[in-house]
Amino acid sequence: MSEEKKEEKGKYTTVSIPTPLAEKIKKRIEGTGFNSISSYVTYVLRELLASMEEEEQEEVFSKEDEEKIKERLRALGYLD
Amino acid sequence: MPAPHGGKLVRRIDSSKSIEGMDRVEVSRDMAHDIENIANGVFSPLEGFMCSEDFESVLHHMRLANDVPWTIPIVFDFEDGFKEGDEVALVAENGMEAIFSIEEIYTYNKKEYAEKVFKTTDVAHPGVKKVMEMKEKLAGGKITLIKEGNEEFNKYYLKPYETRILFKEKGWRDIVAFQTRNVPHIGHEYVQKTALTFVDGIFINPIVGKKKKGDFKDEVILKAYDALIKHYYLKDRAVLAILKTEMRYAGPREAIFHAIVRKNFGCTHFIVGRDHAGVGNYYGPYEAHDIFNEFPDLGITPIFFRSFFYCKKCGGVVNEKICPHDKEHHIYYSGTKIREMLQRGETPPEIMMRREVAEIIMSYDNPFVE
Repeated sequence: MSEEKKEEKGKYTTVSIPTPLAEKIKKRIEGTGFNSISSYVTYVLRELLASMEEEEQEEVFSKEDEEKIKERLRALGYLD
Repeated sequence: MPAPHGGKLVRRIDSSKSIEGMDRVEVSRDMAHDIENIANGVFSPLEGFMCSEDFESVLHHMRLANDVPWTIPIVFDFEDGFKEGDEVALVAENGMEAIFSIEEIYTYNKKEYAEKVFKTTDVAHPGVKKVMEMKEKLAGGKITLIKEGNEEFNKYYLKPYETRILFKEKGWRDIVAFQTRNVPHIGHEYVQKTALTFVDGIFINPIVGKKKKGDFKDEVILKAYDALIKHYYLKDRAVLAILKTEMRYAGPREAIFHAIVRKNFGCTHFIVGRDHAGVGNYYGPYEAHDIFNEFPDLGITPIFFRSFFYCKKCGGVVNEKICPHDKEHHIYYSGTKIREMLQRGETPPEIMMRREVAEIIMSYDNPFVE
Protein backbone atom coordinates (compact mmCIF):
# COMPACT_ATOMS: atom_id res chain seq x y z
CA MET A 1 0.00 0.00 0.00
CA SER A 2 1.40 3.41 -0.92
CA GLU A 3 2.01 5.99 1.82
CA GLU A 4 -0.62 8.20 0.24
CA LYS A 5 -3.21 5.44 0.33
CA LYS A 6 -2.38 4.75 3.98
CA GLU A 7 -2.93 8.40 4.87
CA GLU A 8 -6.24 8.26 3.12
CA LYS A 9 -7.57 5.10 4.76
CA GLY A 10 -6.00 5.01 8.19
CA LYS A 11 -4.45 6.95 10.99
CA TYR A 12 -0.69 7.08 11.10
CA THR A 13 1.77 9.06 13.17
CA THR A 14 5.50 9.69 13.05
CA VAL A 15 7.88 8.23 15.63
CA SER A 16 11.53 9.23 15.72
CA ILE A 17 14.20 6.56 15.99
CA PRO A 18 17.98 7.06 15.86
CA THR A 19 19.32 7.25 12.31
CA PRO A 20 21.87 4.41 12.80
CA LEU A 21 19.03 2.17 13.98
CA ALA A 22 16.97 3.11 10.96
CA GLU A 23 19.97 2.23 8.74
CA LYS A 24 20.34 -1.14 10.46
CA ILE A 25 16.65 -1.88 9.92
CA LYS A 26 16.91 -0.82 6.29
CA LYS A 27 19.67 -3.39 5.74
CA ARG A 28 17.87 -6.04 7.74
CA ILE A 29 14.67 -5.87 5.70
CA GLU A 30 16.38 -6.11 2.32
CA GLY A 31 14.94 -9.08 0.45
CA THR A 32 12.22 -9.71 3.04
CA GLY A 33 8.51 -9.11 2.77
CA PHE A 34 8.82 -5.79 4.61
CA ASN A 35 8.61 -2.89 2.20
CA SER A 36 9.55 -0.09 4.59
CA ILE A 37 11.21 0.65 7.92
CA SER A 38 7.76 1.67 9.20
CA SER A 39 6.19 -1.69 8.37
CA TYR A 40 9.06 -3.54 10.15
CA VAL A 41 8.89 -1.35 13.25
CA THR A 42 5.10 -1.74 13.35
CA TYR A 43 5.45 -5.52 13.13
CA VAL A 44 8.04 -5.73 15.90
CA LEU A 45 6.12 -3.43 18.23
CA ARG A 46 2.87 -5.32 17.72
CA GLU A 47 4.66 -8.58 18.49
CA LEU A 48 6.27 -7.14 21.61
CA LEU A 49 3.07 -5.59 22.96
CA ALA A 50 1.09 -8.76 22.32
CA SER A 51 3.62 -10.87 24.25
CA MET A 52 3.34 -8.47 27.19
CA GLU A 53 -0.47 -8.60 27.12
CA GLU A 54 -0.41 -12.41 27.14
CA GLU A 55 1.36 -12.31 30.50
CA GLU A 56 -1.43 -10.29 32.04
CA GLN A 57 -3.98 -11.91 34.37
CA GLU A 58 -6.93 -13.70 32.82
CA GLU A 59 -10.51 -13.10 33.96
CA VAL A 60 -11.43 -14.76 37.23
CA PHE A 61 -15.00 -15.94 37.78
CA SER A 62 -16.75 -15.75 41.12
CA LYS A 63 -16.97 -19.12 42.91
CA GLU A 64 -20.75 -19.11 42.44
CA ASP A 65 -20.54 -18.39 38.68
CA GLU A 66 -17.87 -21.03 38.22
CA GLU A 67 -19.92 -23.64 40.06
CA LYS A 68 -22.98 -22.90 37.90
CA ILE A 69 -20.92 -23.31 34.75
CA LYS A 70 -19.44 -26.58 36.00
CA GLU A 71 -22.94 -27.86 36.77
CA ARG A 72 -24.03 -27.17 33.18
CA LEU A 73 -20.89 -28.82 31.84
CA ARG A 74 -21.63 -31.91 33.94
CA ALA A 75 -25.26 -31.95 32.79
CA LEU A 76 -24.13 -31.87 29.16
CA GLY A 77 -21.63 -34.65 29.74
CA TYR A 78 -18.49 -32.56 29.26
CA LEU A 79 -17.36 -33.11 32.86
CA ASP A 80 -17.69 -36.18 35.06
CA MET B 1 -4.55 -20.07 28.50
CA PRO B 2 -4.50 -17.02 26.21
CA ALA B 3 -6.21 -13.83 27.31
CA PRO B 4 -9.39 -13.21 25.29
CA HIS B 5 -8.85 -11.28 22.07
CA GLY B 6 -8.53 -7.58 22.83
CA GLY B 7 -7.92 -8.38 26.52
CA LYS B 8 -11.44 -8.87 27.85
CA LEU B 9 -14.11 -11.54 27.40
CA VAL B 10 -17.28 -9.71 26.41
CA ARG B 11 -20.53 -10.68 28.16
CA ARG B 12 -23.46 -8.56 27.15
CA ILE B 13 -26.41 -10.48 28.54
CA ASP B 14 -29.19 -9.01 30.66
CA SER B 15 -32.25 -11.19 31.05
CA SER B 16 -33.86 -8.64 33.39
CA LYS B 17 -34.46 -6.23 30.48
CA SER B 18 -37.54 -6.36 28.28
CA ILE B 19 -38.30 -5.48 24.67
CA GLU B 20 -41.91 -4.67 25.42
CA GLY B 21 -43.08 -1.52 23.67
CA MET B 22 -39.98 -1.30 21.46
CA ASP B 23 -39.93 -1.34 17.66
CA ARG B 24 -39.16 -4.91 16.60
CA VAL B 25 -37.00 -6.05 13.74
CA GLU B 26 -37.00 -9.68 12.70
CA VAL B 27 -33.49 -10.92 11.92
CA SER B 28 -32.31 -14.04 10.11
CA ARG B 29 -31.05 -17.15 11.89
CA ASP B 30 -27.47 -16.29 10.91
CA MET B 31 -27.80 -12.75 12.24
CA ALA B 32 -29.31 -14.14 15.47
CA HIS B 33 -26.27 -16.40 15.82
CA ASP B 34 -23.90 -13.49 15.42
CA ILE B 35 -25.83 -11.46 18.01
CA GLU B 36 -25.39 -14.34 20.45
CA ASN B 37 -21.73 -14.62 19.48
CA ILE B 38 -21.18 -10.96 20.30
CA ALA B 39 -23.09 -11.19 23.59
CA ASN B 40 -21.39 -14.40 24.70
CA GLY B 41 -17.87 -13.20 23.93
CA VAL B 42 -17.22 -15.49 20.95
CA PHE B 43 -16.48 -12.33 18.96
CA SER B 44 -14.62 -10.51 21.77
CA PRO B 45 -13.70 -7.67 21.80
CA LEU B 46 -16.75 -6.71 19.70
CA GLU B 47 -19.62 -5.44 21.84
CA GLY B 48 -22.00 -4.87 18.99
CA PHE B 49 -22.24 -4.32 15.25
CA MET B 50 -19.36 -2.35 13.81
CA CYS B 51 -19.50 1.42 13.45
CA SER B 52 -17.90 2.98 10.37
CA GLU B 53 -14.46 3.52 11.89
CA ASP B 54 -14.05 -0.18 12.72
CA PHE B 55 -15.70 -1.26 9.46
CA GLU B 56 -13.35 0.83 7.31
CA SER B 57 -10.33 -0.20 9.34
CA VAL B 58 -11.23 -3.89 9.00
CA LEU B 59 -11.68 -3.55 5.25
CA HIS B 60 -8.44 -1.69 4.63
CA HIS B 61 -6.10 -2.82 7.42
CA MET B 62 -7.60 -6.10 8.70
CA ARG B 63 -7.65 -4.52 12.16
CA LEU B 64 -10.19 -2.76 14.33
CA ALA B 65 -9.72 0.99 14.71
CA ASN B 66 -7.78 0.33 17.95
CA ASP B 67 -5.25 -1.85 16.04
CA VAL B 68 -6.56 -5.19 17.34
CA PRO B 69 -6.48 -7.78 14.50
CA TRP B 70 -9.89 -8.43 12.93
CA THR B 71 -10.55 -9.45 9.35
CA ILE B 72 -14.28 -9.96 8.78
CA PRO B 73 -16.86 -7.15 9.04
CA ILE B 74 -19.63 -7.89 11.53
CA VAL B 75 -22.35 -5.52 10.40
CA PHE B 76 -26.07 -4.87 10.54
CA ASP B 77 -27.63 -3.89 7.21
CA PHE B 78 -31.04 -2.27 6.85
CA GLU B 79 -33.15 -0.22 4.47
CA ASP B 80 -34.84 2.51 6.47
CA GLY B 81 -36.77 3.25 9.63
CA PHE B 82 -34.02 3.84 12.21
CA LYS B 83 -32.08 6.85 13.36
CA GLU B 84 -28.99 7.25 15.48
CA GLY B 85 -29.82 7.05 19.18
CA ASP B 86 -32.71 4.60 18.66
CA GLU B 87 -33.00 1.44 20.72
CA VAL B 88 -34.64 -1.35 18.73
CA ALA B 89 -35.56 -4.90 19.58
CA LEU B 90 -33.98 -7.57 17.43
CA VAL B 91 -35.97 -10.79 17.40
CA ALA B 92 -35.59 -14.08 15.56
CA GLU B 93 -37.79 -17.03 14.75
CA ASN B 94 -35.81 -19.18 17.19
CA GLY B 95 -36.90 -16.94 20.09
CA MET B 96 -33.72 -14.86 20.35
CA GLU B 97 -34.34 -11.37 21.71
CA ALA B 98 -31.82 -8.54 21.94
CA ILE B 99 -31.67 -4.78 22.22
CA PHE B 100 -29.65 -2.89 19.63
CA SER B 101 -28.55 0.62 20.66
CA ILE B 102 -27.87 2.40 17.38
CA GLU B 103 -24.87 4.68 17.64
CA GLU B 104 -24.20 5.33 13.98
CA ILE B 105 -25.84 4.90 10.60
CA TYR B 106 -23.60 4.91 7.55
CA THR B 107 -23.41 3.91 3.92
CA TYR B 108 -20.83 1.65 2.33
CA ASN B 109 -19.50 0.53 -1.00
CA LYS B 110 -20.52 -3.07 -1.70
CA LYS B 111 -17.95 -3.57 -4.43
CA GLU B 112 -15.15 -2.40 -2.18
CA TYR B 113 -16.45 -4.61 0.65
CA ALA B 114 -16.42 -7.65 -1.65
CA GLU B 115 -13.07 -6.86 -3.23
CA LYS B 116 -11.33 -6.36 0.13
CA VAL B 117 -12.86 -9.28 2.04
CA PHE B 118 -13.27 -11.89 -0.72
CA LYS B 119 -10.61 -10.64 -3.18
CA THR B 120 -13.19 -10.77 -5.94
CA THR B 121 -16.38 -9.07 -7.04
CA ASP B 122 -17.60 -12.17 -8.90
CA VAL B 123 -21.18 -12.81 -7.77
CA ALA B 124 -20.63 -16.53 -8.33
CA HIS B 125 -18.69 -16.36 -5.04
CA PRO B 126 -21.26 -17.03 -2.27
CA GLY B 127 -19.82 -14.34 0.02
CA VAL B 128 -19.86 -11.71 -2.72
CA LYS B 129 -23.41 -12.67 -3.66
CA LYS B 130 -24.51 -12.15 -0.07
CA VAL B 131 -22.82 -8.73 0.13
CA MET B 132 -24.42 -7.62 -3.13
CA GLU B 133 -27.82 -8.65 -1.77
CA MET B 134 -27.34 -6.70 1.48
CA LYS B 135 -29.43 -3.61 2.16
CA GLU B 136 -28.04 -0.18 1.45
CA LYS B 137 -27.24 1.15 4.92
CA LEU B 138 -25.34 -0.17 7.92
CA ALA B 139 -26.05 0.55 11.57
CA GLY B 140 -23.42 0.22 14.27
CA GLY B 141 -23.80 0.04 18.03
CA LYS B 142 -23.82 -2.19 21.09
CA ILE B 143 -26.19 -5.07 21.55
CA THR B 144 -27.55 -6.60 24.73
CA LEU B 145 -28.86 -10.15 24.59
CA ILE B 146 -32.04 -10.72 26.56
CA LYS B 147 -33.01 -14.20 25.50
CA GLU B 148 -31.05 -16.87 23.67
CA GLY B 149 -32.58 -18.67 20.74
CA ASN B 150 -33.83 -22.16 21.32
CA GLU B 151 -32.34 -24.46 18.73
CA GLU B 152 -31.34 -28.01 18.01
CA PHE B 153 -27.76 -28.94 18.87
CA ASN B 154 -27.85 -26.80 22.04
CA LYS B 155 -26.24 -29.66 23.94
CA TYR B 156 -23.15 -29.06 21.79
CA TYR B 157 -23.25 -25.29 22.30
CA LEU B 158 -20.59 -24.00 24.66
CA LYS B 159 -19.67 -20.38 25.29
CA PRO B 160 -16.11 -19.12 25.76
CA TYR B 161 -16.52 -18.65 29.51
CA GLU B 162 -17.65 -22.28 29.69
CA THR B 163 -14.89 -23.75 27.55
CA ARG B 164 -12.29 -21.80 29.52
CA ILE B 165 -13.52 -23.40 32.74
CA LEU B 166 -13.86 -26.79 31.03
CA PHE B 167 -10.26 -26.72 29.81
CA LYS B 168 -9.04 -25.66 33.25
CA GLU B 169 -10.98 -28.50 34.90
CA LYS B 170 -9.50 -30.97 32.46
CA GLY B 171 -6.05 -29.67 33.30
CA TRP B 172 -5.38 -28.64 29.69
CA ARG B 173 -2.88 -25.81 29.21
CA ASP B 174 -2.18 -26.17 25.50
CA ILE B 175 -5.28 -26.68 23.43
CA VAL B 176 -5.46 -27.02 19.67
CA ALA B 177 -8.64 -26.02 17.85
CA PHE B 178 -9.88 -27.73 14.71
CA GLN B 179 -12.35 -25.88 12.52
CA THR B 180 -14.52 -27.96 10.25
CA ARG B 181 -17.59 -27.92 8.05
CA ASN B 182 -17.23 -31.52 6.92
CA VAL B 183 -17.62 -35.06 8.12
CA PRO B 184 -14.27 -36.51 9.18
CA HIS B 185 -12.21 -38.70 6.88
CA ILE B 186 -8.93 -40.36 7.75
CA GLY B 187 -6.94 -37.37 6.52
CA HIS B 188 -8.72 -35.09 9.01
CA GLU B 189 -8.16 -37.58 11.79
CA TYR B 190 -4.43 -37.67 11.12
CA VAL B 191 -4.17 -33.90 11.08
CA GLN B 192 -6.01 -33.71 14.40
CA LYS B 193 -4.03 -36.50 16.04
CA THR B 194 -0.70 -35.22 14.80
CA ALA B 195 -1.45 -31.84 16.39
CA LEU B 196 -2.89 -33.47 19.50
CA THR B 197 0.38 -35.33 20.07
CA PHE B 198 2.03 -32.04 21.03
CA VAL B 199 -0.71 -30.45 23.16
CA ASP B 200 -3.00 -31.44 26.03
CA GLY B 201 -6.32 -31.55 24.24
CA ILE B 202 -8.17 -30.91 21.00
CA PHE B 203 -11.24 -28.70 20.62
CA ILE B 204 -13.17 -29.93 17.58
CA ASN B 205 -15.42 -27.05 16.65
CA PRO B 206 -17.68 -27.62 13.61
CA ILE B 207 -19.48 -24.65 12.15
CA VAL B 208 -23.25 -24.86 12.33
CA GLY B 209 -25.12 -22.39 10.17
CA LYS B 210 -25.83 -21.55 6.58
CA LYS B 211 -23.70 -23.56 4.19
CA LYS B 212 -23.74 -24.06 0.49
CA LYS B 213 -25.66 -26.66 -1.47
CA GLY B 214 -23.91 -30.03 -1.39
CA ASP B 215 -22.24 -29.49 2.02
CA PHE B 216 -23.01 -32.05 4.70
CA LYS B 217 -25.96 -31.27 6.97
CA ASP B 218 -25.03 -30.08 10.47
CA GLU B 219 -26.64 -33.05 12.18
CA VAL B 220 -24.68 -35.50 10.02
CA ILE B 221 -21.37 -33.77 10.82
CA LEU B 222 -22.04 -33.84 14.57
CA LYS B 223 -23.14 -37.47 14.63
CA ALA B 224 -20.17 -38.47 12.49
CA TYR B 225 -17.79 -36.74 14.90
CA ASP B 226 -19.52 -38.28 17.90
CA ALA B 227 -18.86 -41.70 16.36
CA LEU B 228 -15.23 -40.88 15.56
CA ILE B 229 -14.50 -39.56 19.06
CA LYS B 230 -16.29 -42.45 20.75
CA HIS B 231 -14.33 -45.10 18.89
CA TYR B 232 -10.96 -43.51 18.14
CA TYR B 233 -10.13 -40.76 20.67
CA LEU B 234 -9.27 -40.76 24.34
CA LYS B 235 -12.25 -39.36 26.21
CA ASP B 236 -10.17 -36.86 28.15
CA ARG B 237 -8.32 -35.51 25.15
CA ALA B 238 -11.10 -34.31 22.85
CA VAL B 239 -14.01 -31.90 23.22
CA LEU B 240 -16.67 -31.52 20.52
CA ALA B 241 -18.72 -28.31 20.52
CA ILE B 242 -20.33 -26.24 17.81
CA LEU B 243 -19.69 -22.73 16.56
CA LYS B 244 -22.93 -21.12 15.43
CA THR B 245 -21.99 -18.85 12.59
CA GLU B 246 -22.28 -18.91 8.85
CA MET B 247 -19.41 -19.77 6.54
CA ARG B 248 -18.28 -16.63 4.72
CA TYR B 249 -15.93 -18.45 2.32
CA ALA B 250 -13.45 -15.57 2.69
CA GLY B 251 -10.41 -17.89 2.56
CA PRO B 252 -7.34 -16.28 4.18
CA ARG B 253 -9.25 -13.53 5.98
CA GLU B 254 -11.67 -16.08 7.37
CA ALA B 255 -8.78 -18.23 8.61
CA ILE B 256 -7.65 -15.33 10.80
CA PHE B 257 -11.25 -14.77 11.96
CA HIS B 258 -11.61 -18.47 12.81
CA ALA B 259 -8.36 -18.38 14.79
CA ILE B 260 -9.49 -15.31 16.79
CA VAL B 261 -12.77 -16.98 17.68
CA ARG B 262 -10.95 -20.09 18.93
CA LYS B 263 -8.58 -17.93 20.97
CA ASN B 264 -11.66 -16.56 22.71
CA PHE B 265 -12.71 -20.12 23.54
CA GLY B 266 -9.34 -20.49 25.28
CA CYS B 267 -7.37 -22.34 22.61
CA THR B 268 -3.63 -21.78 22.26
CA HIS B 269 -3.20 -23.31 18.80
CA PHE B 270 -5.26 -23.40 15.63
CA ILE B 271 -5.00 -25.88 12.77
CA VAL B 272 -4.95 -24.31 9.33
CA GLY B 273 -5.26 -26.75 6.48
CA ARG B 274 -5.17 -26.48 2.73
CA ASP B 275 -7.51 -23.86 1.23
CA HIS B 276 -9.00 -23.01 4.61
CA ALA B 277 -12.51 -21.49 4.25
CA GLY B 278 -12.02 -21.40 0.50
CA VAL B 279 -14.51 -21.94 -2.27
CA GLY B 280 -13.93 -22.62 -5.97
CA ASN B 281 -10.55 -21.35 -7.14
CA TYR B 282 -10.70 -17.87 -5.62
CA TYR B 283 -7.73 -18.41 -3.29
CA GLY B 284 -4.38 -20.12 -3.59
CA PRO B 285 -4.19 -23.45 -1.71
CA TYR B 286 -1.89 -22.02 0.99
CA GLU B 287 -2.90 -18.35 1.02
CA ALA B 288 -4.60 -18.97 4.34
CA HIS B 289 -1.20 -20.00 5.76
CA ASP B 290 0.70 -16.97 4.44
CA ILE B 291 -1.69 -14.39 5.86
CA PHE B 292 -0.70 -15.32 9.42
CA ASN B 293 2.70 -13.68 8.76
CA GLU B 294 0.92 -10.33 8.88
CA PHE B 295 -0.31 -10.84 12.45
CA PRO B 296 2.50 -11.14 15.00
CA ASP B 297 0.02 -10.02 17.66
CA LEU B 298 -2.75 -12.56 17.02
CA GLY B 299 -2.23 -14.34 20.35
CA ILE B 300 -2.94 -17.85 19.03
CA THR B 301 -0.39 -20.03 17.28
CA PRO B 302 -1.34 -21.40 13.87
CA ILE B 303 -0.31 -24.95 13.03
CA PHE B 304 -0.06 -25.35 9.29
CA PHE B 305 -0.77 -28.64 7.62
CA ARG B 306 -0.44 -29.77 4.08
CA SER B 307 -2.69 -32.61 3.02
CA PHE B 308 -2.26 -36.12 4.33
CA PHE B 309 -2.67 -39.07 1.98
CA TYR B 310 -2.38 -42.84 2.06
CA CYS B 311 0.82 -44.28 0.58
CA LYS B 312 0.59 -47.88 -0.58
CA LYS B 313 4.37 -48.27 -0.36
CA CYS B 314 4.67 -46.77 3.14
CA GLY B 315 1.58 -48.74 4.11
CA GLY B 316 0.10 -45.86 6.06
CA VAL B 317 -1.08 -42.28 6.21
CA VAL B 318 1.69 -39.82 5.40
CA ASN B 319 2.26 -36.38 3.94
CA GLU B 320 4.67 -34.95 1.40
CA LYS B 321 7.22 -34.08 4.09
CA ILE B 322 7.67 -37.67 5.20
CA CYS B 323 6.89 -39.85 2.19
CA PRO B 324 9.62 -40.38 -0.43
CA HIS B 325 7.43 -42.31 -2.93
CA ASP B 326 5.93 -41.25 -6.24
CA LYS B 327 2.37 -40.08 -6.66
CA GLU B 328 1.34 -43.35 -8.32
CA HIS B 329 1.51 -44.97 -4.87
CA HIS B 330 -0.70 -42.38 -3.22
CA ILE B 331 -4.42 -42.35 -2.51
CA TYR B 332 -5.69 -38.84 -1.79
CA TYR B 333 -8.46 -37.98 0.64
CA SER B 334 -10.66 -36.04 -1.70
CA GLY B 335 -13.80 -34.76 0.00
CA THR B 336 -15.46 -34.59 -3.40
CA LYS B 337 -14.62 -38.23 -4.21
CA ILE B 338 -15.87 -39.42 -0.82
CA ARG B 339 -19.07 -37.39 -1.29
CA GLU B 340 -19.62 -38.92 -4.73
CA MET B 341 -19.14 -42.44 -3.36
CA LEU B 342 -21.62 -41.77 -0.57
CA GLN B 343 -24.11 -40.33 -3.06
CA ARG B 344 -23.86 -43.54 -5.09
CA GLY B 345 -24.54 -45.53 -1.91
CA GLU B 346 -20.99 -46.95 -1.83
CA THR B 347 -19.16 -47.28 1.47
CA PRO B 348 -15.78 -45.53 1.25
CA PRO B 349 -12.85 -47.92 1.90
CA GLU B 350 -11.48 -47.96 5.45
CA ILE B 351 -8.24 -46.33 4.37
CA MET B 352 -10.37 -43.28 3.53
CA MET B 353 -13.07 -43.21 6.18
CA ARG B 354 -13.73 -45.02 9.44
CA ARG B 355 -16.47 -47.63 9.09
CA GLU B 356 -18.39 -46.18 12.06
CA VAL B 357 -18.37 -42.72 10.45
CA ALA B 358 -19.45 -44.02 7.04
CA GLU B 359 -22.31 -45.99 8.63
CA ILE B 360 -23.64 -42.85 10.32
CA ILE B 361 -23.58 -40.88 7.06
CA MET B 362 -25.17 -43.69 5.07
CA SER B 363 -27.98 -44.02 7.60
CA TYR B 364 -29.37 -40.74 6.21
CA ASP B 365 -31.54 -40.71 3.07
CA ASN B 366 -29.94 -37.40 2.13
CA PRO B 367 -26.99 -36.25 4.25
CA PHE B 368 -26.40 -33.13 2.10
CA VAL B 369 -27.67 -29.57 2.19
CA GLU B 370 -30.16 -29.03 -0.65
